Amino acid sequence: MTDQPIPAGGATPAGGPALVAAPAMPKHRSQWSDVWRQFASHRGALAGMAVFLFIILLCTLGAFIHDVDPQKLDIRAKNQLMSWEHPLGTDNLGRDMLAQIIAGGQVSLAVGVTAMLLSLLVGTLIGVLSGYFRRLDGPLMRFTDLFLALPLLPLLLVIIMLFRDMLRTAFGPESGIFILIVFVIGITSWMQTARIVRGDVLALKEREFVLAAKSIGTPSRRIILRHILPNVLSPIMVSATLGVANAIITESALSFLGLGFPSDFPTWGRLLYDGANFMTLTPDRVIWPGLAISLTVLSVNYIGDGLRDALDPRIRGR
Amino acid sequence: MSDAAALDAPRAAPTAETLLRVQNLSVHFPIHKGLLRRQVGAVQAVDEVSFDVLKGETLGLVGESGCGKSTTGRAILRLTPITQGRVILDGEDITHIEGETLRQRRRKMQMIFQDPQASLNPRMNVSGIISEPLVEHRSLSRKQMQERVYELMDAVGLRRSFANRYPHEFSGGQRQRIGIARALALDPGFIVCDEPIAALDVSIQAQVVNLLEELQQRLGLTYLFISHDLSMVRHMATRVAVMYLGRMVELAPREKLYSVPRHPYTQALLSAVPEPDPRREATRQRIILTGDVPSPANPPSGCRFRTRCPHAFDRCAVETPAFRKLSDGHFAACHLSE
Ligand SMILES: Nc1ncnc2c1ncn2[C@@H]1O[C@H](COP(=O)(O)OP(=O)(O)OP(=O)(O)O)[C@@H](O)[C@H]1O
Ligand code: SF4
Ligand SMILES: [Mg+2]
Repeated sequence: MTDQPIPAGGATPAGGPALVAAPAMPKHRSQWSDVWRQFASHRGALAGMAVFLFIILLCTLGAFIHDVDPQKLDIRAKNQLMSWEHPLGTDNLGRDMLAQIIAGGQVSLAVGVTAMLLSLLVGTLIGVLSGYFRRLDGPLMRFTDLFLALPLLPLLLVIIMLFRDMLRTAFGPESGIFILIVFVIGITSWMQTARIVRGDVLALKEREFVLAAKSIGTPSRRIILRHILPNVLSPIMVSATLGVANAIITESALSFLGLGFPSDFPTWGRLLYDGANFMTLTPDRVIWPGLAISLTVLSVNYIGDGLRDALDPRIRGR
Repeated sequence: MSDAAALDAPRAAPTAETLLRVQNLSVHFPIHKGLLRRQVGAVQAVDEVSFDVLKGETLGLVGESGCGKSTTGRAILRLTPITQGRVILDGEDITHIEGETLRQRRRKMQMIFQDPQASLNPRMNVSGIISEPLVEHRSLSRKQMQERVYELMDAVGLRRSFANRYPHEFSGGQRQRIGIARALALDPGFIVCDEPIAALDVSIQAQVVNLLEELQQRLGLTYLFISHDLSMVRHMATRVAVMYLGRMVELAPREKLYSVPRHPYTQALLSAVPEPDPRREATRQRIILTGDVPSPANPPSGCRFRTRCPHAFDRCAVETPAFRKLSDGHFAACHLSE
């Protein structure tokens, strides 16, 4: 009765533990261990993960090891090069660069990741809804176009002007501005995600497995969760990795325009822009924050790449 | 098929029970054009189609590509909006039921799809795919669920050890078995098989067809078997219905349809099928149809087949031939077959 069976047990490409998957009962392999195995086999992803972990550790634990106040002025020790006392030198006011990069990293990473999550959430939600429900498609896509057409910087300016003081009094100066910046970056960067996701959903919902789910009687909500979302994971993952980079860079631009965090509050973007004025004198003030941003963006990209592959059973099986 | 004789009657004979009754079913897809998305017409994918399916039989549904076979099947399963007409399953009119009632009725009717690759979610493993209907409709414990999935896999000839694998790891025939297991999960009485073997290698087709026949006998299933392969339909079907451009043109018990086709379109279709008997094959005359199939958005007036019919005459353009019962038990829609 059976057609040509795929060679038995261990000889299969996806056989996992060889010879264990013998005829009688399948050994219950945990799906997540497979995912991890595939992820680990992606060298770039593993390296990216290592670098990203290192950056996170540096920004969290680093502050305890190198416990110098990033705001401590020491005019006599200004514009210094690398030394034991100041591993990455000092700036034009004699502040320790390493301490500033550590403190700035905490903020930049937090902003990058939270803003990315927010923009991903909004983008995926709008993309899936407009792709799946024909009735919502028109209005939601016009809404997306509207956001794409808005001149961003003036909009940011207005939002920040209007809400800065309100949020500051409500949540304190730092968390207030943090919430504001994450929100502003999040709601101005979801449009690409929404468009890509919508396109994929439009194609997916015509596939027969969605029809099969309908014929079973699966309600739309679960069709979306079970059949649509897992299949649009790749574009979402790509958007996510690009989103982190985008958020860190947008935050830098905002800081540069004086709309971001207060000036005595370092972030990687602010350090970069402050350093740009002294580029000829002390080029390392640009190099270190720039390197930190690039490494973060790059490592997150590789992690995203690896995750995308690891979550796709077609690739995982190979 | 011991009761094949009883099923020989083309329509609900008093002895056989009607499982599905389709009355004047039409499915028109509106065409929107222009800035205001005004409706400028409709694709008449299915138009005024009526037929019955008896319990336990296989009704073959044949016709060229685009004639509305899949749309008919999907409309019956309430997967595509019905423009007009009625679908009665098991004595219950299911044309307009919605929501939870419809969801419950879906347990009685399932579908097997043409492309086994496209009909399986590439991100779900076999046990996930087969258990989806169970998750949706039954509250089983994990263990019972597992047991039922294994049972279904046994029934369709899949090894239990495949349960944690993903669709891409299987051959076409095995994927179709997964699709069949999913369709069987809720013990439906009625299954629409939409060209279940068209995408498979010839060597695998026979295996899948045998499986479908075996399951039908064992579980007492009723099939609407859609295909454009006339020899396969001859093998599978109890009765055969022929569609052309959204309309049903002929319906008859298998042997009658294949030996004395009454509608010119059926005659042309069958003339293209090689005869197994060499003597008859020697005298077989091919009827070559000229011209293209007209667009279902703008079908010809009167008889839809008249633009290609070798026997067309004046009346065909003005009057639509009724789909009616002929003296020999055939149903046909042609002015010539009175
Ligand atoms: N969702 C839809 N919107 C508009 N037109 C459609 C839609 N689905 C099908 N059609 C049209 O309806 C007609 C019948 O299509 P259907 O898929 O039922 O044909 P079929 O007989 O199954 O053909 P095939 O043998 O190729 O599967 C075709 O002309 C097709 O273009
Ligand atoms: S009604 Fe006329 S056109 Fe149609 S099949 Fe019969 S003879 Fe041909
Ligand atoms: Mg079809």
